[in-house]
Amino acid sequence: MAMIELRQLSKAYGAVTALSNLDLSVPEACLYGLLGPNGAGKTTTLRILATLLAPDSGSVVVDGVDALQHPREVRRLLGYVAQEVAIDKILSGRELLQLQGDLYHLKRSDRDHRIDDLIDRLGMEAWIDRRCGTYSGGMRRRLDLAAGLLHRPRLLVLDEPTVGLDIESRSAIWQLLNQLVEAGTSVLLSSHYLEEIEVLADRMAIIDAGMVIAEGTPADLKQRLGGDRVTLRVREFSDAQEAARVRSVLEPIEGVREVVINRAQGFSLNLVIEGESVIGRLRDSLEGAGLPVFALAQSRPSLDDVYLQATGRTLMDAELAIAGQRDLKQEKRQSMR
Amino acid sequence: MTSPLPPMPPPAQAPGALAELTQETLALTRRLFLQLIRRPSTLVAGVLQPLIWLILFGALFANAPEGLLPGGMSYGRFLGAGVIVFTAFSAALNAGLPVMFDREFGFLNRLLVAPLRSRSSIVLSSVIYITALSLVQSLAIMMTASLLGYGWPGAAGLVLVMVTLLLLVFAVTALSLGLAFALPGHIELIAVIFVANLPLLFASTALAPLSFMPPWLGWLAALNPLTFAIEPIRAAYSGPLDLSAVLLEAPYGNLTGETCLLILLVLTIGLFLLIRPLLNRKLS
Repeated sequence: MAMIELRQLSKAYGAVTALSNLDLSVPEACLYGLLGPNGAGKTTTLRILATLLAPDSGSVVVDGVDALQHPREVRRLLGYVAQEVAIDKILSGRELLQLQGDLYHLKRSDRDHRIDDLIDRLGMEAWIDRRCGTYSGGMRRRLDLAAGLLHRPRLLVLDEPTVGLDIESRSAIWQLLNQLVEAGTSVLLSSHYLEEIEVLADRMAIIDAGMVIAEGTPADLKQRLGGDRVTLRVREFSDAQEAARVRSVLEPIEGVREVVINRAQGFSLNLVIEGESVIGRLRDSLEGAGLPVFALAQSRPSLDDVYLQATGRTLMDAELAIAGQRDLKQEKRQSMR
Repeated sequence: MTSPLPPMPPPAQAPGALAELTQETLALTRRLFLQLIRRPSTLVAGVLQPLIWLILFGALFANAPEGLLPGGMSYGRFLGAGVIVFTAFSAALNAGLPVMFDREFGFLNRLLVAPLRSRSSIVLSSVIYITALSLVQSLAIMMTASLLGYGWPGAAGLVLVMVTLLLLVFAVTALSLGLAFALPGHIELIAVIFVANLPLLFASTALAPLSFMPPWLGWLAALNPLTFAIEPIRAAYSGPLDLSAVLLEAPYGNLTGETCLLILLVLTIGLFLLIRPLLNRKLS
């Protein structure tokens, strides 16, 4: 049985569509990544899962429980770590965790035992009794993760858990997430960091404009794309004319699928190639044309290539395009009760 | 390396509904008190302001001619009841502020993600907190007033004072919590509190009896809920307790102490019923 089943989920904020018939199935005891640019619908999806938001239509089933019919049961088995960490600045971290434990109706002795355990695991001893108002971003995020884990949920949902974090906090969080999945917890996290999904996720979905546009294991998705990526230069900095000449030499070669001139990288050439002997043929042809290879790098397709293939733009371009359109005030109002 | 952290299903033998409700309500109330203790400025200001009223106004009218006030009361004693009620009223009017901040800063979302037995525990904790706070502040004012020589109610009188204050505090808390969910942000809430505060004080019998007022103001004061709380407390201070005695000669008729309390009770229940649909909607 899947841990999460989302079917035909739709949600609009006024005229803005956040989700449009989104389907998602997350298996048990798996670390599942949602990749997409800001504004793609990741946060909306997670907020619906956390029962903070009702979809306009569609069904939400968590661990066999219908979240729209029995939200309280779902809240019990799910831990949610929101993107904007809401903490009480006046309380100490420990007091916040005690409050959290009481809201989940833990027994007092059990509660305090678990708090000590999490303080230990997340390396919070040094500052847990200081007021939350003094914490750095990394401390807050670790505290929030501890709060989400206190009731030992079967499913942990994290919205961009490491965005803007220092390396130490990030790796502490990654390590803990891996331990959790090993011990049988299902984890769903959203991210717009390719590396994070690449390193952590067993399975992933790419979300764009409120829909799932690709789904599978990261390795599968890259494999499905096929071909190797090659970056090639005939000089450290070429000009447009030379790059065009190189392209005209490369394009007819058998096994070269695509040649793009990358102006941003000093008119280097980005190729997609298929087959073993292509590199040799490529070097020979360029040599023959009097344009010997200066530098050549070959790599397997990355998740960025997967994203590019699925959406027709790079993740960074998508972020930039959306950055200008976001209405942060409106978003804040949506999250406010 | 630490041991793995397996998920744990909630215990099959879950504690009863009442135990859960108590646990979550107490935890939320504890948080509000921790905030108060670590940031006591609201508590201090809440006592200082009425204290200044009491001392300054008391001094201002100290030389008022004898027999000017009903029953030959001194002005200080007359003012005492008004200031006690005003203290509780101002404190309760702020009940919505912590809730509003939780809404704005997203802390409320943290509460709503938790499997609370009932979300009324959020409202209930606010009511418990603000009731305790306003009663403590009122008691502080009562003790100061007694030190200033403005008297102290007897045992039965003290019970009447507390009951009256409780009714008023519940009503005003309901109003403030309703506003905290209806208004868009804390700026608006503070503006409403600011605007409501003083006119309600002046258009009541806190500072002067009805007989001093022009008819239109007398009407306002006789409809003002603060008046219904002030008069029983003033009566509790001024002698043997008789709730069936006429305490207020309002333009629309005479009101006994019983009637005043009844009006406050109806107001409290009415306000809670009024805000219930709003709270249900916002907390669903």
